[in-house]
Amino acid sequence: MALMRYAEALNAALREEMTRDPSVFLFGEDIGRYGGVFKVTRGLQEEFGFNRVRDTPISEQAMTAMAVTAAMTGTRPVLEIMYADFMPLTLDALVNQASIYEYIWNGQVKMPFVLRTQGGGGAGAAAQHSKSLDSMVAHIPGIKVVAPSTPADAKGLLKSAIRDDQPVVFLEHKLLYNMRGEVPEGDDVLVPLGAASLAREGTDVSIFATSRMVHESLKAAEALAEKGISAEVIDLRSLKPLDLNAIKKSIAKTNNAVVVNEGWNFCGYAAEISATIMDHCFDDLDAPVARVTMPDMPIPYSEPLEMAVLPNAEKIVAASLQTLA
Amino acid sequence: MKNSPSIDEQIEIFRKMHVVRQLEEKLGALHKEGKTRGPIHRCDGQEAIGVAATAMLDDTDYVMSTHRGHAHYIGKGLDVYPVVAEIFGRETGSCAGRAGHMLVADASKGMIGGNAIVGASIPAATGAALSNQVLGRDAVSMCIFGDGAAQTGICHEAMNMAALWKLPIVFVLEHNQFGLTVDTDMQSPIDDLSIRAAGYGMPSEIVDGNDPVAVYRAVGAMVERARRGEGPGMVEAKTYRLEGFSTSDMGGYQKDEDIAAWKARDPLKIAFDQLKAEVGEDKLKTIEAEAVAEVEAAFEKALSDPFPEFELFDASAAYSEVV
Repeated sequence: MALMRYAEALNAALREEMTRDPSVFLFGEDIGRYGGVFKVTRGLQEEFGFNRVRDTPISEQAMTAMAVTAAMTGTRPVLEIMYADFMPLTLDALVNQASIYEYIWNGQVKMPFVLRTQGGGGAGAAAQHSKSLDSMVAHIPGIKVVAPSTPADAKGLLKSAIRDDQPVVFLEHKLLYNMRGEVPEGDDVLVPLGAASLAREGTDVSIFATSRMVHESLKAAEALAEKGISAEVIDLRSLKPLDLNAIKKSIAKTNNAVVVNEGWNFCGYAAEISATIMDHCFDDLDAPVARVTMPDMPIPYSEPLEMAVLPNAEKIVAASLQTLA
Repeated sequence: MKNSPSIDEQIEIFRKMHVVRQLEEKLGALHKEGKTRGPIHRCDGQEAIGVAATAMLDDTDYVMSTHRGHAHYIGKGLDVYPVVAEIFGRETGSCAGRAGHMLVADASKGMIGGNAIVGASIPAATGAALSNQVLGRDAVSMCIFGDGAAQTGICHEAMNMAALWKLPIVFVLEHNQFGLTVDTDMQSPIDDLSIRAAGYGMPSEIVDGNDPVAVYRAVGAMVERARRGEGPGMVEAKTYRLEGFSTSDMGGYQKDEDIAAWKARDPLKIAFDQLKAEVGEDKLKTIEAEAVAEVEAAFEKALSDPFPEFELFDASAAYSEVV
């Protein structure tokens, strides 16, 4: 084990995979000489050269489309899109290109690329630099979506994503980059895609959370424990494919479910998890599924306004209590 | 490129152009009988570009095409039979009936795709060129796109990066005068779209797109340059779309005198005239008849082939375990 920041864990994953496989290369805005605006790619251009760590012009549409075909012609590109808010610019490449070819070309091509981006609020970055658009990408068949909440998962999931033969959108969170945590050592320590993780065991209510909301949910579970309520926290981490068994198993035990996600409420990722629970766990539920999400409005700038719209531990506690009432 | 294409190459180009024309005419006839499915985008009149521009490429070179790609598919070496079978949704199609006529691919031939999002083939080909450069391969990538696609924003992004990084790619602008029904002077303030190449520091050349030899020479020079690592180039091939946007086009916006003028310069006639002294008219007519027979046989076989069986695509399932 080594104590690492989340950004350092991502950097280690990139370095190890680039060393292991010469077909892995990185491109994105400010990722080379500057090392990325969140310093995830620090030192990699020095180590691997411009051919494999490329600074790009501001061209998200073309860059994403290029990642798709670079992937189908023998490389494993890792593309950085600086903010998740810029993801709408990438959508033709994801929706109309990356997601279709493996199927419509009957397996003639593989599509091993990773689109890394970061989202989330709480940093005063305002309405165009704070969003979580998880459901927008998770909606697309053929695209995997991953969102690590710890340094260990950041490293292990990114390594798995790079080795995967399908497109993976890798969602980081701007407020997690400085988080420290123990990371297992070894080049081949992977975290598999498609598996949730049990962040805290409990028996009364299941809280299903993504990305930074896992930590808010753990705080909520502490507060609930003080009230004598035992909350289980499941880190969904692989948003798609989703670990349905982990959800079913937890609800079979607690009979109550709260879903927490920083995206908008309507048609959001939490809405999908809620519907999935309805489809598969209805008979195990004692109460309707509760959602803790972003209200359906732009994210305001001023600190008290931004804090008012973000999901947090207090709102998760309130939703859990209501579910159990 | 002065002595190229060779006579043998020219004969092969001539043959493939006839395969494409026969394919288009046959599809038109079957559409009238209500026997085709979905819109079909014919390329009658544009055969010289798709066939001659791809004639000097190897199977390891990549071509990214458009929604009007039949000449590109045949040019890049796909047999007509699996293409016809794909157009009719058969199990024996190039993509087992999953893709349809706009999205045909044969990765073994380096044809990675028709693309029905106008403009999308431009970054697509650029990405394949990037891959070639990263891996140090000497393969080139070719983007065939139209005057409509040239107006998209992504065209600028991709060409800028291609030129910035000296990627091994050739942009072949098939200027057929129309973006669906909107003619070129309603789409752009300039006639010669390839003057934009200068803005990227990229060489360009304008050619008669109905002359297969001219297309071959201009594109071939750019391909050699790209293969030597000297970066991208653009060829603007002027042509005319004779048969409307697609089989669902109701027409009425193409001028009769324009159609007549371009028909008088049919690329098949030009190819014939370029070869007749060297090869002889009889031999050319035999080649033409063989091409027609090949297409006839392809339709006959494809139309009696079975349809594919439906299966869910587990690789894109939302849940990590089978539900």
